[in-house]
Amino acid sequence: MLYREAGDFKTSYSDDSQTFPIRFDRVAYYIVIGVAFLVVPFVVNDYWLNAILLPFLIYAIAALGLNILTGYGGQVSLGTGGFMAVGAYACYKLMTAFPDVNIFFHVIIAGGITALVGLLFGLPSLRIKGFYLAVATLAAQFFLVWLFNRVPWFYNYSASGQISAPERSVFGINITGPETEAWAAYLFCLVFVFVSAWVVRNLTRGAAGRKWMAIRDMDIAAEIIGVNPLRAKLSAFAVSSFFVGIAGALFFAVYLGAVEVGEVFGIQKSFLVLFMIIIGGLGSIFGSFAGAAFMVLLPVLLKNVLVGGLGWATDLAAHLEFMVVGGLILFFLIVEPHGLAALWKVAKEKLRLWPFPH
Amino acid sequence: MPDQLLFAMEVMLNGLMAGVLYALVALGFVLIFKASGIFNYSQGVMALFAALTLVGIQNGQVPFSHLINAIFGTEVHHFGWHVPAIFAILLTAAIMVLFAWIVERYVLRHLVNQPDIILFMATIGLAYFMEGFGDLMWGSEIKKLDVGLPQGINVPIDETTYGWFGYGFFIDNLDISATILAVILVVALTVFSQYSKQGRALRAVADDHQAALSVGISLRFIWVLVWSIAGFVALVAGIVWGSKSGVQFSLSLIALKALPVLMLGGFTSIPGAIIGGLIIGVGEKLFEFTIGPLVGGATENWFAYVLALLFLVFRPQGLFGEKIIERV
Repeated sequence: MLYREAGDFKTSYSDDSQTFPIRFDRVAYYIVIGVAFLVVPFVVNDYWLNAILLPFLIYAIAALGLNILTGYGGQVSLGTGGFMAVGAYACYKLMTAFPDVNIFFHVIIAGGITALVGLLFGLPSLRIKGFYLAVATLAAQFFLVWLFNRVPWFYNYSASGQISAPERSVFGINITGPETEAWAAYLFCLVFVFVSAWVVRNLTRGAAGRKWMAIRDMDIAAEIIGVNPLRAKLSAFAVSSFFVGIAGALFFAVYLGAVEVGEVFGIQKSFLVLFMIIIGGLGSIFGSFAGAAFMVLLPVLLKNVLVGGLGWATDLAAHLEFMVVGGLILFFLIVEPHGLAALWKVAKEKLRLWPFPH
Repeated sequence: MPDQLLFAMEVMLNGLMAGVLYALVALGFVLIFKASGIFNYSQGVMALFAALTLVGIQNGQVPFSHLINAIFGTEVHHFGWHVPAIFAILLTAAIMVLFAWIVERYVLRHLVNQPDIILFMATIGLAYFMEGFGDLMWGSEIKKLDVGLPQGINVPIDETTYGWFGYGFFIDNLDISATILAVILVVALTVFSQYSKQGRALRAVADDHQAALSVGISLRFIWVLVWSIAGFVALVAGIVWGSKSGVQFSLSLIALKALPVLMLGGFTSIPGAIIGGLIIGVGEKLFEFTIGPLVGGATENWFAYVLALLFLVFRPQGLFGEKIIERV
């Protein structure tokens, strides 16, 4: 009954085309933002931060990035793990080479470097399409991981071959390293998530996003109506890689602190992020968040129920988790190919008519 | 002859053998792709699942024993019998047919007319499901698979080459039997698709779904058939790879090895899968042998992909793939 557009008059174009046209949505959005920025930092503790909040926030950025390429641009990529690794290693090199510069800039520049690498690996997309491209992006995945494993310059010749984040701070408050307070790491990532979502939302409803969607729906037709496929595809690759790179940098610097590239940024990560956007919804900002939340929460939930609740062995729970994840992907593809975002939309439609649907 | 050249020749021969193994996996992909336009990512996991089932049946393992023990607190592991290899293989083949039917009935049937990419992702989901299912059913520890294929160094080749060059080539018997198996499989598949009624129907479906439907070919039956054949190919691949390196999770990763083979050979061509496999097998072994030491080794992980990628830029449909024609 609260969820109505009746009486919510739009008197200007900008009002009419806003992201949340219904007042209830708008208020809910501001409340969520308010809670995320003003309440959560005061109550967050280490367990919640490391088990749920940080992975959720960081994967949300990665999912946003991949959604630009796959959901909006229609180019399936299986190289997300590799690009996250580029972000992480770029951030590491920058952090160790320029210790005086604020880590905030390091993360952003790491995103920029990843965008350049993404451009490079996006070049074949002009000739290669569909499955062939999906497999071609695997080349990026395997080559990049191998590169970071084998070339000692990238890990500063450390004996273990790992990279570990040195202590860095913003405004005198530690963001990376073992001394970091939970709320500081949380807020640092939250700022990136907030800005990323805002930028992506505005990119995708503007000219750039419309070009990407035109290419996705049919590239030849898009070319005929005047979309330059070279610029559209490469910009999708660059922007997507930028966000994926930021996610990789945060994943390494803030979340894990130390990274062994083959383990953390392997092919499994590429699939994980891909699943997030499939389950969440291709071509949807809300879907990126929903998918990230789902894929982060599901293992935690299963583990708590099976291992904690029923006392099963961990490996058994892990096998079951595989089955559940696979089954859910099949379920979503069959029942709702557009993911959680579409379900959410249907729910909202219903809510608008509730309680008198006829 | 100089030693380096002999080494290179030996490396090449081994590369050819490895290529045959890649081609075995790639073959399953091609079959399904041709008949249903589905890029079946789960092919590698099917090989793993087939191998796991085979070992499980041979050793008389109780399926889901871990799960049963965890729920009911029992201690069952084995039935206590051993099944001869040939029966176990037949039984596994039957299970793969059942699996094909289940996939058609509960997954593919609901995804008709979806975009290709959705189907591709569905097979990724299927791969995850089967991976968990296989491990849950048979346990995830590394198992030894032995169905009586000869193993170890082939002595006649070693001795002959020693007589010729003064240097014995090391060729594994298992690789030779794998090659023979692959040849038999390809010949059998070719004969089947050229001369049998079902084979003709299969090719008709591959050519044009709607036209095939209109002359009375049951698409569902063809799909079950082609997934069964792919399951059978996966079983052969699983046996060969499993005998070589044990049955374990990493077996499913051979699918990733087969992908560049497919790209190189083209998704729609059976000869392409074989020749692509050989090129990749020889290429990556030679590259590792010549350039590998200069750049830190382990180039096998990515060389095949980069080779295929470079190749595709010049020929987007692969070596033997059908030309991609786009209509607006």
